[in-house]
Amino acid sequence: MFAAGAIALLVALALALVRAILGPTVFDRLQAANTIGTVAMLMLAVLGFLTGRPEFLDLALVYGLLNVVGTIAVLKFFRHGDLGAPGEGVEPHP
Amino acid sequence: MSMALDILSWFCMLAGGVFCAIGAFGLVRMPDFYTRMHAASITDTVGAWLLLLGMILQAGLTLIAVKLLMIALLLLFTSPTATHALAKAARARGLQPLLAPGEDPSKP
Repeated sequence: MFAAGAIALLVALALALVRAILGPTVFDRLQAANTIGTVAMLMLAVLGFLTGRPEFLDLALVYGLLNVVGTIAVLKFFRHGDLGAPGEGVEPHP
Repeated sequence: MSMALDILSWFCMLAGGVFCAIGAFGLVRMPDFYTRMHAASITDTVGAWLLLLGMILQAGLTLIAVKLLMIALLLLFTSPTATHALAKAARARGLQPLLAPGEDPSKP
């Protein structure tokens, strides 16, 4: 049963990788990276059950957190041109 | 009782896997960026939650089920935020949505 879930997740991973390669704009690639992160997180949880090692769930949690922070950081870079730019509504420091 | 739980969790796992595959398939097939984002969110919401529900049913009332719930809550809060930030950044960089021919974006 977990093997069937793992295979479906592998298919999803492959399709997201295809979009990451094909993606014309950088935001398509970022969306594919975000999806790959989520699917990898689920794959970690499923593998934790398959191999009977509950520690994988902690890995999945940390991986999910890192994935979101990474996506937001790359977005900020592509939106403002550099990571140092202040967000909206924040007056630039002197 | 455990037989029914096994069948239910087996069905949830399969349905979750199928939805993840559908979401990723939509990610490849959709014509433009904003529709792809919609397709990708299917994996984040339905696919992930069904898979996690299937595993929670397998784990029963243990710490593992609590960790799985934490993963589901993490997904609940972070994936909409990431998708919103992605759409806002794409819009700010002037990525035009693919409209039907003759459709004017300024009119609702």
